Amino acid sequence: MNDNEQLVSLDQVQKSFGAARVLDGVSFSVQRGQVVAIIGRSGSGKSTALRCINRLERIDGGRIRVCGQSLDDAALDLHRLRRDVGIVFQSYNLFPHLTVGQNVSLALRKVRKKSTQQASELTERVLRQVGMLDKLAAYPEQLSGGQQQRVAIARSLAMEPALMLFDEVTSALDPQLTGEVLQVMETLARGGMTMILVTHEMAFAAKVADKVIFMHAGRVHEMGGPEILLQPRTPELADFVGNGL
Amino acid sequence: MNNEFNANHILFMLQGAAWTLALSAIGFLGGGLAGFAVALARISSSRAIRWTAGAYVQIIQGTPLLILMFLSYFGLGILGFDVPALVAAGLAMSIYASAYLGEIWRGALQAVPRTQWEAAECLSFSASQRMLLIIVPQALRIATPPTVGFLVQIVKNTSLASVVGFVELARAGQVINNSLFEPFLVFVLMAMMYFALCYPLSLWSHSLERRLAAGHRAPLGT
Repeated sequence: MNDNEQLVSLDQVQKSFGAARVLDGVSFSVQRGQVVAIIGRSGSGKSTALRCINRLERIDGGRIRVCGQSLDDAALDLHRLRRDVGIVFQSYNLFPHLTVGQNVSLALRKVRKKSTQQASELTERVLRQVGMLDKLAAYPEQLSGGQQQRVAIARSLAMEPALMLFDEVTSALDPQLTGEVLQVMETLARGGMTMILVTHEMAFAAKVADKVIFMHAGRVHEMGGPEILLQPRTPELADFVGNGL
Repeated sequence: MNNEFNANHILFMLQGAAWTLALSAIGFLGGGLAGFAVALARISSSRAIRWTAGAYVQIIQGTPLLILMFLSYFGLGILGFDVPALVAAGLAMSIYASAYLGEIWRGALQAVPRTQWEAAECLSFSASQRMLLIIVPQALRIATPPTVGFLVQIVKNTSLASVVGFVELARAGQVINNSLFEPFLVFVLMAMMYFALCYPLSLWSHSLERRLAAGHRAPLGT
């Protein structure tokens, strides 16, 4: 496959919640294998932009293309989009009534129609990958936040997505637990996974991101390589990283 | 029957109690099936379906069960269906229970966090898979205590079926009292039998509530 292939492109995307314009002409693109970090203050629209990419939010204007599909297309295959795009949330959102193993394998069996054997092999593989295989039979409430988040990453990984979205996945974790989750994400990034992450972890963004997008007031205010975190061109980003780094 | 209160009278009342149980079971099963449909309709994405289900709930909850019994028994008769009292009473109980169970279960479905629906959606579960595999099992835990609590209401309210001539516990007691005129004895005995049916359900409901509360302790860590 072509390394320069564009997996995601946003073109002048507009989105309002009632009278509040959250995205005001957002454009950026992500290529296969890239790790893109979206940063910005609360309310700058970064999570909304992420949620538009797998169509948890509908857009009011502009265009989004994801893995070869146009999201405003009436013929959009939502099932395919959701298969191509995995997402991990701030609040983990594991299913509390299922064990760790079932959390990961349920969609494999019911959605991907894999046999029990195949599903359990894949489940073990992804849980090993995030270091959670020993908790296969545990329930989410028996795990720490960091462990739950690693399981959530495994659950998403198991679907073998082409692109993974991370929506402030460490924001609910205390510092020690943040580290174990970031480590898993870094390994994924090094492994070539295409990732878009909304994050407040500036040091992490500087370390793993190929591209950094600074959002401000519903727009892409500054965009570039990770070096923009050290040498911001706009006063808004300078001010932001001054507080954050 | 003799003019003295004797074992036959007690037996007659116990038979009535058995019919009370049977009618309760019909009301709960019929009301449960219809109530689940009502609950789903109440959270439907279609405004028309939501509104219709809401109106149904309001109308049924605003109508005395006694009237539902009359309507079901005489109404069906006028329409040309000659139904036994058990069927008419069972229908009325089912309709009555469906409005209340529908609301209890709607609340339970909506109490499952929005993020659980989203997570299921993002894993590409179909709407019915999401409902049956992810949402309903979680809603069940929330809904069980109030559902069992409502069972008590169903059992007690079957006494209204006596108005359409169905001989359940209340009617059986009335019949005996009419011949013996021992109201204190008969009605106290009747009350004790109702209590014997309802109290275990109340206990069960309370123990379920306690267990649910225990299951909702804050998770370890964070």
